[in-house]
Order: sequence, then C-alpha cells, then structure tokens
Amino acid sequence: MNASMSFDWFPLWLSLRVAALSTLISLVIGLWLAYLLANRRFRGKDFLDASITLPLVLPPTVLGYYLLILLGRETWLGQLYEAVFDQPLVFTWQAAIIAAIFHSLPLLVKWSRAALESVDRSYEMAARSLGASEWRIFWKISLPLSSRSIIAATALCFVRALGDFGVTIMIAGNIPGRTQTLSVAIYDAVEAGNGELARTLTVIISLIAIITLTLVNRMSRHPLFITSGKSGS
Amino acid sequence: MIKARLKKQLNHFLLDVDFEASAGVTVLFGSSGAGKSMTLDCIAGFQQPDSGRILLNDVLLFDGEAKVHLPPQKRNCGYVFQNYALFPHMTLRENLAFAIEKIPHLERHRHINEMISRFKLNEVADRRPDQVSGGQQQRCSIARALLTSPKILLLDEPARGLDNPLKEDLYSIIRQIRAEFGTPILLVTHDLNECFELAQEMLVMREGRIIQSGTPAEIVHRPSTQNVVELLGLHNTFRAEILQLDPQRNSSVLRIRDHEVQGYYYAGRLKGDQVTACIRQSAMTATPLLGRLPPNQFPARLARIKQTPQNVLLEFEGGFSVETSQHVDANQLEWSIELNPEALHVLPK
Repeated sequence: MNASMSFDWFPLWLSLRVAALSTLISLVIGLWLAYLLANRRFRGKDFLDASITLPLVLPPTVLGYYLLILLGRETWLGQLYEAVFDQPLVFTWQAAIIAAIFHSLPLLVKWSRAALESVDRSYEMAARSLGASEWRIFWKISLPLSSRSIIAATALCFVRALGDFGVTIMIAGNIPGRTQTLSVAIYDAVEAGNGELARTLTVIISLIAIITLTLVNRMSRHPLFITSGKSGS
Repeated sequence: MIKARLKKQLNHFLLDVDFEASAGVTVLFGSSGAGKSMTLDCIAGFQQPDSGRILLNDVLLFDGEAKVHLPPQKRNCGYVFQNYALFPHMTLRENLAFAIEKIPHLERHRHINEMISRFKLNEVADRRPDQVSGGQQQRCSIARALLTSPKILLLDEPARGLDNPLKEDLYSIIRQIRAEFGTPILLVTHDLNECFELAQEMLVMREGRIIQSGTPAEIVHRPSTQNVVELLGLHNTFRAEILQLDPQRNSSVLRIRDHEVQGYYYAGRLKGDQVTACIRQSAMTATPLLGRLPPNQFPARLARIKQTPQNVLLEFEGGFSVETSQHVDANQLEWSIELNPEALHVLPK
C-alpha cells in the first residue's frame, strides 16, 4: 500500500539513537552515583538520594519546565552549550537525550545501588586487607559480582529512555524529521487521526521493548556474567 | 608483635581490651558476642575504636588521641574470614593473584605456584571456589592472606563448621605456618580444645573484657574467677571454709559440704575464710558408698547418669558432676567423693 511505501522511519531511528546514547551517559553517571550512595558516607547523602528520585515522582511537565529554565537559550548553561557547540540545546535532538536521561537515570541509580549493596561486604573487606585500592575493588570485585543486576537495570533504562514522552516534548519539542521521537510521533499520529500509523508505531515500540527485556533476562542467566576479566597470571 | 589497647562502645557493653601478642599463636577465647571478632576487626581496620592505641611491630595502626586510623590497605594484616571470602567469580589461582598484583609477572607466578603446592591446591587451582571443598577453600583463603607477607595473621573462628578430620588439617596448617612463616597469629575461637591444640597464649574474653590470660594449661589449672570457670565448663565449684592452714607442711583443711577435706597451702588466706573452691571434673573420683565413709571424702547422692562420647558423667545432687570410665550401676544412689588435693584450687578473692 501507499502508506507503507512512504513510511517514515525517522522517529524510530531517532528514538533508538537517543535511547542508546542516553543509556550510555546514564550508565556512567548512574554507576558513579550508585557507588557513592552505596559506599560512601557524606553530608547531604539523603538529599542527593531524594533529588535523584525526584524525576520519578514529579509530573513530566514540571520536570520539563525545570529543564527549560535551566537549559534555555537565556540561561548561562544554555549559552555555555551554545558557545561550545555553536547551536542551541533546547528543541534539538540532543535535548531529547537530556530528557531521556532524566527519565531513566533514577531507576538505574536505585537498582545499581541495590545491586552494589547486595555484594557480600566480606569480599570488599578481604580485598581491602589484601591491599587493593577502592578503585580496583570496584572494578574487579563489586562490579563483576553485581553485573547481572546492573545489566538488567541498564536494559530497563534503555527501554524506559525509548519511551519518554513528557519531558521530551517539553524541551525537544515535536519537530518532524528533527526532534520527533517514536512516542511523540504516536501522539502526533493520534492527534492527526492517523490510526494506522499510531498502531504501527505502537507495535514497533512494544516489540522492541519485549525483545530487549527477553534478551536481557536470558543473558543475565548466562554463566559468562558471573565471570570477570582474568586477573593476573 | 602487636600491642593493642582499645575501647569501643557496642550495643550491649563496652569493648575494653588491653593486650600484647608476640610470635606464635595467641587465642581470643570466649562465648559468642564477647567482642572477640570486634577486636579482630579493630586491628584489621574494618572497625574504628572510640579510643586507644594499636601498634603492630613499630607501626602505629590506630591512635585515638593522635587521630591515626590507617585504612585496612595499609595495615599489613592478613585476615582470614569465617566464610573465607574467596572472590566467587575468580578461580583459586586468580584469587591468589589478586593479593600480589603489583609484583612483576614472573615472580608473581613463582609465589603463587609455591603457595599452591604448599597448600596442596594443585589439582583445583583453576576451579572456582564453589567447585572445591570447604577445606580447600579455607586453605586457599589462608594462602591468599599469607601472600601479602602480613605482619600478623588474623583468623576469625577458622574451625567453625568444620568436621573433625578437617579441623585436624587446619590445626596442622596453622602449626606449619607458625613453623615456616613465623607470622604471629591471632585466632578467635570458642573451642577450648582448639586453645590446647594451638595456643601459646590464651586471652579469655567476656562482655568486652579480657578476664584472664595465660597459657591454656595455666588457665585450666588456676581459673581466676567464677566467670572463667563457667566459660571453661570443666570444673565443679564448692563453697568452702578454710579450717586449717599449715605453710610448713604445705597443707590445709577445708570444710566442703560439712566434711573435712585435705588441700594444699593457700597463700594469702586466713583460717576461717569463706572461699570458692574449684576442681576439674576429671580430678574427682566417685566410688559407691558401702559401709563407712573413708576419711577426706564426702558423701553425695546420684541425681542422673549422662553418657558422654568416651565416658559416663555422674551428676550429683548439689550441682556437681564427676566423670568416670567405669561401668556404673544405676541403682547405686549413695556415693563417696574424693578430691585430688593437687587439683583443688581456691578462686582468688
């Protein structure tokens, strides 16, 4: 049929790209935050924990509004970005990455923290008494021993990033061919009365989600994931 | 040598210990929850005492006043955990390599192989901890701690949960370490047999304090308080009155259960003192009372007969018991009890 000939794949590719990049960034920031929360004692830890949880409970519009205030073209952060990258941040596809990070990071931090905390402390204590630095303990002991849960959390983070709508539309907008992600495109299609497109896109995003989750469930049962890299010898 | 003086407020009591341990095996003995493991953790640096000073050879590990609290990485203490704490995602060989990752490759390889053969791990070195026996895990855990050339080896209840042959293996390994490495060993246990197997020095702990120290034999022969007697579980105690004291002939007469019994001279005691006399169950003899009571003995009525792995334990009315290897007639209720005066010890005031 004609509709399938001219089917617009852009929202799908954009969503995948945004989800992948935001997951990557979330993983780096999230692991670091999770490590801090799981291992360190410092002032304001409860406040940090609460702030990380905040995006889970705030309406996406509120979160989006905060980000607009924080990253808009008039703010110093926004101007800094513009000075460095020679383009504004808001209402670009890069802003969709920021939106996806805020949407998925809280869960990643919470799950990774729980995973890191579930590692038997005696392993870390033993490593310390053997003279290993905290850095080495993290990479060689804590992370490999919690890798199953962290891999699962990362996959969930990816799927969640794929599905963000509220914050994305607030700070990246709905510009077809530029910032229109899959979930925004579905909204657009429903608004325009294009039921067939909405259905197709809905099926696509559901399939991606279910396939990702199934794969990860299988993967995390694989014995490979309790083995870390070989050490020495 | 380690010198430790430390205080730490715990939930139910104040940990307050002060001791020295030099070469050989020193055992922290006491019931669970006496603060033994906490003491070990304070030395290793996993816990911070509230105040005090810990000195290992000439290195200050902790000083409450000078605010010194070295991290575990810098303490050079080998710690063997109760659960062994072998990294489950690494093979035994990788576990060993983790301890000495900084030294050059060839030398590292040589050290590891030496440990593997010394601790009889050759056949299982490339397996993961969950694929080897508990004894092998423990040997690997000890080998891993030794690879860092620690200045002291800390063992937290190493024999807990091991069956007897494995315990024997462990004891011979510890004796081997004592002989071949010369590393001082501080070991936590609540097993008195283990103290006799291994310890040169034994520190008896109760509710956060060291209540007696000495060689295991000294402690069993001369327990210092009722609490030590209870922890050891080897003695009977009696209320006694000193009737006579004769330093020249090194003898005394005590009144126990309204009968006169011979003892040795007790320095620092006066005639008429009310004391607690204690004596090991094995230093008492019970014979069926037929006819007249022999001198220096007292009568007792049998309450219960208990079978032990090797002997029979006769429990008498009045709360004391005597172990005997002879066949016992359960219908014989009246017995005569004799105490070996050499083993009769009066608890210090």
